[in-house]
Amino acid sequence: MYQHRRLSTSSFNFFQKFKNFDYILLACILLLGFISLATMYSTDGGKVLFHTKSHFTKLVIFTFMMLIISFINIKYWFALGYLSYVVVIGLLVWTYLFGITSSGSQRWINLYFINLQPSELMKIFIILCLAKYFHRMKLENVNSIYTILTSLIIIILPMGLVIVQPDLGTSLLIAISGVAVIWFAGINYKYFIYTILGFVISLPFIIAFLKPYQKLRVLTFLNPDKDPLGAGYQIIQSKIAVGSGGIFGKGFLKGTQSYLEFLPEKHTDFIFTLFSEEFGFVGSAFLLIIYAIIIYRIVAIGATSRSYFAKIFCYSFGAAIFVFITINMSMVLGLLPIVGSPLPIMSYGGSSMLATMIGFGIVMSAKVHSQQLIA
Amino acid sequence: MINSSSDNVKKLNSINRRMFITGSLKFFIMVGIVSRLFFLQVKENKKYLTLSDKNRIREWKLAPVRGEFHDYFGNVIAGNFEAYQLHIIPEEVEDFRYVINRVKDLLELSDKEFNKILKKKNEIKSWETLIVADNLDWQKFSKINNHLYDLNGVKPVISISRNYPYKENFTHLIGYVSQANQNDIENTEAIKKNFVPGLKVGKVGLEKSLETKLLGTNDIERYEVNAYGRRISQLEFQKGEKGKTLKLTIDTEIQKLSNELLKDKAGSICVMDIYTGDVVAMHSSPSFDPNLFVFGISQDDWQLIRNNPMKPLVNKTLQGNYSPGSTIKPIVALSALENGIINTNFTVKCTGKTEMYGQTYHCWKKKGHGFVSLRNAMKQSCDTYFYEIARRLGVDKLSETAKKFGLGETAFGDLFSIEKKGLVPNTQWKKNALGKGWLLGETMITGIGQGYIQTTPIQLCLMTAQIANGGYKIYPQILADKENKINPSDKFEQLFEKSKNIKIIQDAMFGSTNEVMGTSYRSRIDNPKYQFAGKTGTSQVKKITERERELDLKTFEIPYEQRDHALYIAFGPYKNPRYALSIIVEHGGNGSTTAAPMAKKLFKLIIDRHKIRETMNKNKYLEI
Repeated sequence: MYQHRRLSTSSFNFFQKFKNFDYILLACILLLGFISLATMYSTDGGKVLFHTKSHFTKLVIFTFMMLIISFINIKYWFALGYLSYVVVIGLLVWTYLFGITSSGSQRWINLYFINLQPSELMKIFIILCLAKYFHRMKLENVNSIYTILTSLIIIILPMGLVIVQPDLGTSLLIAISGVAVIWFAGINYKYFIYTILGFVISLPFIIAFLKPYQKLRVLTFLNPDKDPLGAGYQIIQSKIAVGSGGIFGKGFLKGTQSYLEFLPEKHTDFIFTLFSEEFGFVGSAFLLIIYAIIIYRIVAIGATSRSYFAKIFCYSFGAAIFVFITINMSMVLGLLPIVGSPLPIMSYGGSSMLATMIGFGIVMSAKVHSQQLIA
Repeated sequence: MINSSSDNVKKLNSINRRMFITGSLKFFIMVGIVSRLFFLQVKENKKYLTLSDKNRIREWKLAPVRGEFHDYFGNVIAGNFEAYQLHIIPEEVEDFRYVINRVKDLLELSDKEFNKILKKKNEIKSWETLIVADNLDWQKFSKINNHLYDLNGVKPVISISRNYPYKENFTHLIGYVSQANQNDIENTEAIKKNFVPGLKVGKVGLEKSLETKLLGTNDIERYEVNAYGRRISQLEFQKGEKGKTLKLTIDTEIQKLSNELLKDKAGSICVMDIYTGDVVAMHSSPSFDPNLFVFGISQDDWQLIRNNPMKPLVNKTLQGNYSPGSTIKPIVALSALENGIINTNFTVKCTGKTEMYGQTYHCWKKKGHGFVSLRNAMKQSCDTYFYEIARRLGVDKLSETAKKFGLGETAFGDLFSIEKKGLVPNTQWKKNALGKGWLLGETMITGIGQGYIQTTPIQLCLMTAQIANGGYKIYPQILADKENKINPSDKFEQLFEKSKNIKIIQDAMFGSTNEVMGTSYRSRIDNPKYQFAGKTGTSQVKKITERERELDLKTFEIPYEQRDHALYIAFGPYKNPRYALSIIVEHGGNGSTTAAPMAKKLFKLIIDRHKIRETMNKNKYLEI
C-alpha cells in the first residue's frame, strides 16, 4: 500500500497536477490582481499610463511564473532552500556595494529589465531557508543554544544588510518572517516572552539610536496634528481619504484625495487608501475578505501537507503575508507609525510582487505535491 | 524509525498547536483592523468628508457690483462702466520675458511702471492673475487685441468699475471710491465680509455714508483645486447681489447750474424743497473730478488738488463754518417779535453808528438810515436797528430761536460724518467753553451775525426753508426713496408762537428783494411766477480797522483772503413758496452784488424744473 502510494506520487502526470491545484487560492490571487490593476488605473487618473501598463506586465509575467513554480516538485524547493538564501544575501551585498540610490537609500540593483529590490525577496527566502533548517530537526534539539544562535544569525545577517541601506521597515518585516518560522518550529514560549520584555525595556535606548527622520515618524504617529503640513501630512491626508470614503466610497475614479494629489505615495504604500476612498467600507471589507481567504487557503494547504517542510513553510508564509497586510493597513489607518511596507500584490513594485508570487507558487506547489514526503 | 515517527508526531502536535494560537491572534487583529475601518469610514465619515472638501474646494470671491446713484429723474450720477484691463497668468505664458516686453512696448509703459509689474509678478503664485493694466483706453486695448497672436497667455479683460459721468458736479455730495485700505476693512463689517483684493469702497460723501447699502455681495466661484492649489475645475458659480441703487432728491440741471455759477469761486450753493426737505442741489466749489481717484490718483493731480488755496477737498456746504452776517437778521427779528420785545411799529434812529460802553458799533451805511422800522431795517439791512433789538432781546433768547430753526445742529443727522454743527453762542456756552462772562457788546454783534456765531450753508438753507414754509420743522433729505428718509415724519412741528410773526418776516424779506432801496433789489424778478424773497449777507472775515473804514476800499482792492464772504438766502416763488436756497461765495465781497444775482439765475431754473418734477411725480402715481 505504502509502496504503491509512493509509486503513484512519483509518476504524477501533468493533468493530475492540474487537478490538484487550489483553484480557490488561484481565483483569489487573480481577483486580487484584477483589483490591483483597476486601482493602478485609478492612480493614473483614469488613463492607461506607465504605472498601469507596468503593473499589468509584471502581473502577467509573475502569475505565469507562479504557475510554473507550482508545477515544480516541492522537494526541489526544499533542495534550493539554503542556496537561494545565500544568493539573496549575495544580492544584498551587491546592493550595498553597487546598488542604485533613490531618495536617500540604496535599495535597488539595476538588472536592465527590472530594478530589483533584494530585500523584498529576502522576506520569502528567509522562510524557505529556515523551514529547511528546521525540517529535519528533532523537537528536543530545537531549543538548544546552537540551533537558536544559528537561526538568529540567519535572521540578523540580512537584517543588518537591509538596515544599512537604510530601510528599517523592510528589515523588520524580514525579521518577522524569520521569527514566524522559529515560532512554528517550536522554540520555547519563554524565549518569545523574554524577547518582548527585553524589547520593551530597551525601547528608550532603541529610540535614542534611531535616525532623526525615524524619530520624527514615531513622534508624528503619536501626534500627527502637530505638524499637519510637514511630517504629519501623509498620515492626516491618508486618514481623510479613508474616512471620507464612507460606507460605499466615492466611486471608481472619483477619489478626490488621490485625484487631486493630496495623497502621498499613492501607487505604493498608500494604495489601500486610494482603494478605500473610492470603494468605501464595503470595498475595503471585501478586499480584506479576499486576503483572509488567501491566508486561510495557505494555512489549509499547510495543514494537509504531509511534509513538515511544506507545513512550516505554508504556516510561516501565511503568517508573514498576514503581517505584511496588517502592518500596511495599520500604517495607512494611523494605527502604526509610517514604515515603508507595501501591500502584497496591490502595491506597485516588481520586487514585492515577485517575492509574493514566488511564495504563492511554493505554496501552490505544496498543494499540488501535498503527498510528497521529503527525507 | 519508531523514535523518529514519535518525534514527528510531537513536532506535528507542536506546530498545529502554535498554528491555532497564531490563527486566533490573526482573527483578533483582523477584527481590530475592520473596526478601525468602520470607525473611520462609517462613524467619523462626516468629519473626514468635511476635511476632504476643505482640502479640495476653494472659493474665489469676485468684487461685488456697486449700487448706482441716480438723480431724482433717473439720470445716473454715479454708475458703473466697463474698464478695459489686461491680465496675464504667468504659468500660461511660454516666454514671459518676451511677452511682457512686448506688452511694455505696446502700452508704452514707463520703466517705473514696468518694474512695478515685474515686482508684482514675483509676489504672486505662477497660476494667479497678474493685473498688468487696470484701466486701458480703447485705443490701447484694441491695439493689444490686434497683437494677441503673438502675446500668448495675455488676456484682455473687461471688468466693472466706478464712473462719475458728471465729473466735478457731484463730487462733494457723492464722494468717490478708491481701493479699500486697512481702516476701511476694520471699521465696516460689510467691507470685511465682501473684501477682495482691489475692492473699491467709498472714501467720502454718500459713497462712504451709504457703503453698506451700495456695496452688494461677492460673486463666488467655487473651484476644485489640487494639493498644490491649482484650479482643476469650476464647481459652482454663485451670483452675488448688486448693491442697492439709490435715488437722490437732486436735480442734475440745478446742480450743474450751481457748479457753473460758482466756477472759479470758492463757495457753496444749496437748494431745498421747503415742505419735504428734499435737497434739490447741493454744491461746494471748487470741486474736482472724482474719477481721478477710482484707479488711484497720480501724485501730480493730488498735489494740484491739495495745494489749491480754495481748498477743493473741503465740502463747504457741510463743513464750512461761516459767520452768517446779515442773513441771521430774519431770525433775530423773529425772535424779537416772538418774545414781544418789539412790534412792527418799533423804530430805531440809525446815525451810522452807536456807542456802547465806549465801544463804537458801526452800521454798514456810514450816513445812517435815519428812523427805521422793522420792515425797513430788514429791507436795507440796517445794522443799528439790529444792534438795538439784539441788546433788548438778549443772546439767550436769540439762541433759543436760532436753535429751533436748525442752527447749531447737523442738518442731516449722522448721515455725513464730516458735517459741522456750527455754533450758536449763549451765555452758558461762553462760560463753559471760554470760562468768561458774556459781554453785552457780543450780544450786539451776534445780532448782525458776527462774533462767535457760526453756521454752515446747509443750516442757512434749512433756516430759510423753515421761515418760508410758515415756520414748520422739516428734515433735509438727500435720498428720494421713502425707506431711506432720514426722519420720515409726516406731521409738521410748529416752530413759532404766532404765525403772524413769520408773515412779517417773510414780507420784510420780500421787501428786501423786490422794493426800491432793498439790498438785493437789483437781482429781483418781476414775473410773479419766479418772484422770490431773500436776504443778503456780508460777513467780515477780520475786524475792520478805523483806517480801513476811512479808506472804504472797493472789494478788488483788498487782498483775496481779507475780502468779505458774500451770502444770500432766499425763497420763492413768493406767492406760493416752494424752494429755499442759500448761497455763499467765499471772499466774494458783497452779498448783494455777488451772491444775490446767482439766486436770480437759480430761481428761474428752479421754478421751471419744478413743473417737470411735479409732472413726473404725478405720472409716478398714475402708474401705480
